[in-house]
Amino acid sequence: MSQGFWPRAWRHPSFVIGGLLSGTLALAAFVSLFWSPYPPAEIDIPKKLQSPSAAHWLGTDSLGRDITSQLLVGAQNSIVVGVIAVGIGLVIGVALGCLASASRAESRGWIEEVVMRASDFTFAFPALLSAIMLTAIYGPGLVMSIVAIGIFNVPVFARIARGSANAVWSREYVTAARAAGKGPWRITLDHVLPNIASPLIVQASISFATAILAEAALSYLGLGTQPPQPSWGRMLNEAQTQMFAAPMLAVYPGVAIMLSVLGLNLMGDGLRDLLDPKLARRR
Amino acid sequence: MGHMGPFLLKRFATFIATLAVASLVVFAVLELLPGNAAEVILGDTATPESVAALQAKLGLDRPAATRYTEWVGGWLQGRTANSVSYDTPTAELIAERMRVTLPLAVLSMLVTVVLALGLGLYAAARHNKLGDVSVMAASQVGIAIPNFWFAILLILLFAVHLQWVSAGGFPGWTEEEGGGPWEGLQALILPAISLALVQAAILARVTRSAVIEVMREDFVRTARAKGLSRRQALWKHVLRNAMIPVLTIAGLQFANLITGTIVVENVFVLPGIGRLVFQAISNRDLIVVRDVVMLLAAVVVVVNFVVDVLYAVVDPRLRVASA
Repeated sequence: MSQGFWPRAWRHPSFVIGGLLSGTLALAAFVSLFWSPYPPAEIDIPKKLQSPSAAHWLGTDSLGRDITSQLLVGAQNSIVVGVIAVGIGLVIGVALGCLASASRAESRGWIEEVVMRASDFTFAFPALLSAIMLTAIYGPGLVMSIVAIGIFNVPVFARIARGSANAVWSREYVTAARAAGKGPWRITLDHVLPNIASPLIVQASISFATAILAEAALSYLGLGTQPPQPSWGRMLNEAQTQMFAAPMLAVYPGVAIMLSVLGLNLMGDGLRDLLDPKLARRR
Repeated sequence: MGHMGPFLLKRFATFIATLAVASLVVFAVLELLPGNAAEVILGDTATPESVAALQAKLGLDRPAATRYTEWVGGWLQGRTANSVSYDTPTAELIAERMRVTLPLAVLSMLVTVVLALGLGLYAAARHNKLGDVSVMAASQVGIAIPNFWFAILLILLFAVHLQWVSAGGFPGWTEEEGGGPWEGLQALILPAISLALVQAAILARVTRSAVIEVMREDFVRTARAKGLSRRQALWKHVLRNAMIPVLTIAGLQFANLITGTIVVENVFVLPGIGRLVFQAISNRDLIVVRDVVMLLAAVVVVVNFVVDVLYAVVDPRLRVASA
């Protein structure tokens, strides 16, 4: 570790490409908060299904809405879903993982056993399945899909946090801290959390990508984001009805999803290499 | 196999417990409805009389514990509740739709494994050369493509542009239905490919790194020193050991494929489980939603159990470690 993070990061191709793509996603979402070429939900029937032009860069859809504007504002949606769903998984998952690990060190292994069995069990409900159950009861909507994706993220983060935390608990400096009278809370805050941050950051980036994919699928099915809020998944659903008249409408939103997911995954891979050189060499 | 007993017993107990908890959660989520199931099913416009009638029909006046045991007991004996919108036992509906979903899932698993093993082994053999780098780059892109978008792109190319196939629908497996075994299979090819793409991209990466990892092991070096060629070592020693992580991930992916069918069946308008549960949501047919969700969760749990058991059969080290 003779060099700092950034000098190495700039020379890491996955990290640079991934960072650029993720940066573009964030920028699109940010810009669209203040400006988009047209209001994304503005219906203009006489101008429906236009080809790309100076006035409408990527053309218009079957209701005459501007595609570029919808794509830009749709980025907000992806970011909101990603941030909240990963946030739910990160906060609850890391808390449970650290609890499991600390309880094992304090020879209360049964707590660890309960937490880990519970997280095994949550894997039986993939995000799509819990989303279906929740929307069937509470009706479709953005909140339900975020909750469903977030719940699925909890065991993912819990497992990673527990695995890494167990390794930290067996280190000598933790033994020293315990001998000095520090309790499990202090050790978790002072020693465990700072040392398990790297794998969690990597997983956060990958889970963000998965959340975008899951939300797109739910919105495509009509269970996620509701109109008039534009979302890439629903744009694809609407485009499918116009496939013979305007095939390109079914291409743009998919490209937006693909580039966002690709960017976040590449950034995750890059971060893994940069934050954990040991892991990188083994691959 | 005798020494596998304790492992199998312990794993089997967790398997049954997981299924039991899953069924409790599915049941409880529907119990915690705002209002009650009859009100949700009939919607805001329902009269109090019709709500009361449906309540009686669904047996909502009886205690929850009784209804839970009836539900689980019914499934175990093959007697399931009637769907509200179809007025048919859900098991019958599900069995009917499985004739599409199951072949679709198996076909896409087949495509996944063939593609992934081929690409993964190729990349491992060309480690760090151009072939490896290209396969890895392509797999990164493959992982980022949503399966339903890939499905739409396939429809755009083969149905809209080339006009080789129809844009969706399912003719049925028999001639009375207007189709046949071959026609049915044809209708599943594009859906299977669109489901397989992402999974194959992931599995190819797993195969590649597993093979590369095993190639570095001492026992492979010993085998080579004994005079086995690279190819002989690969077939006799590397593949068997590399298959352990590949098998695990493939098992988990089968669960992904099953839920993936929900979306892809809707893209291609295939009358499978995914279409059934989607329509059930629109019709607020909670009975069907409950039973399909439970069934799919059970499939995930069963697959994980089978993978773990196979795992122990393939790798004796794991049996000893966990027994």
